[in-house]
Amino acid sequence: MSVIETQNLSRVYQDGDSEIHAVDKIDLSVEAGEFTAIIGPSGSGKTTLLNLIGGLDNPTSGTVTVEGKPIHQLKDNELINFRLQHIGFVFQAYNLIPVLSARENVEFIMLLQGQSKQERESRAKELLQAVGLEQQMHKRPSELSGGQQQRVAVARALASKPSFVLADEPTANLDSKSTEDLLDIMHKLNKEEGITFLFSTHDQRVIDRAERLIYVEDGKIKSDEKQ
Amino acid sequence: MLFKIAWRNIWRNKRRSLITLASVAFALFFAIIMRSMQLGTYDQAYSSVINATTGYMQWQGEGFWDKQSLERSFSPDSLTWQQIEQDESVEALLPRLESFALLASDNSDTKPGFLKGIQAPLESKYFKLDEKLLEGSLPSASNNGVMLASGLAENLKIKLGDTLVIIGQGYHGMSANGKYPVVGIADLKNPIANKSTVYLNLQELQYLTGAYNQLTAAVVVPTDPKDLYALKNQLQSYTDTTATDLMTWQEMMPELIEAMEADSAGGLAILFILYLVIGFGIFGTILMLTAERKPEYGILLSIGMSRGRMALSTFMETAFLSLLGIASGSFLALPIAMYYHYNPIELAGDMDAMMEDYGMEPLLPFSLDSSIWLTHGSIMLIISLILSLYSIITIYRLNPVKAMRR
Repeated sequence: MSVIETQNLSRVYQDGDSEIHAVDKIDLSVEAGEFTAIIGPSGSGKTTLLNLIGGLDNPTSGTVTVEGKPIHQLKDNELINFRLQHIGFVFQAYNLIPVLSARENVEFIMLLQGQSKQERESRAKELLQAVGLEQQMHKRPSELSGGQQQRVAVARALASKPSFVLADEPTANLDSKSTEDLLDIMHKLNKEEGITFLFSTHDQRVIDRAERLIYVEDGKIKSDEKQ
Repeated sequence: MLFKIAWRNIWRNKRRSLITLASVAFALFFAIIMRSMQLGTYDQAYSSVINATTGYMQWQGEGFWDKQSLERSFSPDSLTWQQIEQDESVEALLPRLESFALLASDNSDTKPGFLKGIQAPLESKYFKLDEKLLEGSLPSASNNGVMLASGLAENLKIKLGDTLVIIGQGYHGMSANGKYPVVGIADLKNPIANKSTVYLNLQELQYLTGAYNQLTAAVVVPTDPKDLYALKNQLQSYTDTTATDLMTWQEMMPELIEAMEADSAGGLAILFILYLVIGFGIFGTILMLTAERKPEYGILLSIGMSRGRMALSTFMETAFLSLLGIASGSFLALPIAMYYHYNPIELAGDMDAMMEDYGMEPLLPFSLDSSIWLTHGSIMLIISLILSLYSIITIYRLNPVKAMRR
């Protein structure tokens, strides 16, 4: 069953008199449990495509369906709630809440979902253990390395038990060791817990580990192959 | 956790938060001290004038206030005296007879004077007349003498035991002339009253002026002087008002209130400017804070935090910061206001003379009225919360993608 499906999806930006087709009539389907990377040069439309799939941006035309729900039709507050319940996000710049500890960052999203304190605490511990940060759970982001922060971001993305995780260039700011560690964790979560991951990247190390590669250029899918 | 985020956010930029907090605290401190001094001075002035002159409220003969003459005195029988005294809102009813006369002594020229016939025990009980006594005793039926205000005694060059000559006009055209021993000299704590007042026993003044069983005022001592208009309506409801008028001190001395209000308006204008300056300071902080946090707001929106919750968190952050400043400013102002409440500033020189011209004691006691703290604390809080609307509006207009791109 498709977790994500786009049909004829386009996003056009106006730049003075000219139009920029950041995403141009893309048809895409992502199945549950996939470990997929969207690749392509800078400015090819990877991030825009991810934003449209994640409901962060509105398409100019076309449809985005997540778990059978046409999210392009949702209102702002419905979209926010949809993201909270169904989508996990990992950003290039980690983007943790600086005033909360690692555990609180992971718990925060569950708090927004209205989960009980006990539930939140035990799942946050479990997730931080899964990403190898049980010893650092009381540290704030500023006390963690980039790799550690990104692992917390992965734990946070999974905390809400999402249908899939969108990761926008998650390794762009990481060194080789941290990248390998992060990919190991995500791959393990994908294999053992069946979590669907969709990356945008031009990092060869991620490309090498991805099981499906979607090559995007000028807003269009140029190739889509499994490896 | 929203509470936790809001609280911790305050301390992300400690220096900036402390500067904002200090500016709120300073503004409030200044506002409280200024208003405490102003209102304390007004209270002092009101109470000085009220105690030394009319009291809070008085029954008078009809039209007496417009033309203060014995011919407009009234008989206490025209009041339901007992019923008024038994009213729960009334502490006491004090009879007075007041007139004007020329005063003379052996050692000076004639001076005009204000004769006040009183029942000394009642005046002492409710207006602390005995505490104003500098030397001698209060006038009574037994000593049959007069008590002079200290300024008047000085002008007449008269001392305790000397004789005061009173030459005046009595009731219904009678002459009112008499010689009285000075039995007491008092400081009335009111410069104008201090220069003119002569106290006599009520019956003695009634005898002197021939206004037997007549009064010019029945002073109402209220249990709570705050709502005099309600008390006035209540008392008038069961008294025949054809022969008498019931007047509050505000009605008798509107010029005093006008003078205070004019002075107060000047103070409020200064405070308005202060609040404006501090308001811009706070707004600067909120502008910077909002600009800095935009990417973070974008992330929070992306991961599913509603705009309402985000706005609440920002609102709480501003409220906490303001409340800290308000608490600091209030606590800083309290000991100073307390000190000067119990040890009023004594004015000297020109200020002293100016206050005396207004008929007030040259003292600046600070007020400890909690409404000053509440009013100005609330103003400061409201200003901050209104300014926090900027962040809230920004959050509601935020596009997460654009915000994160910054």
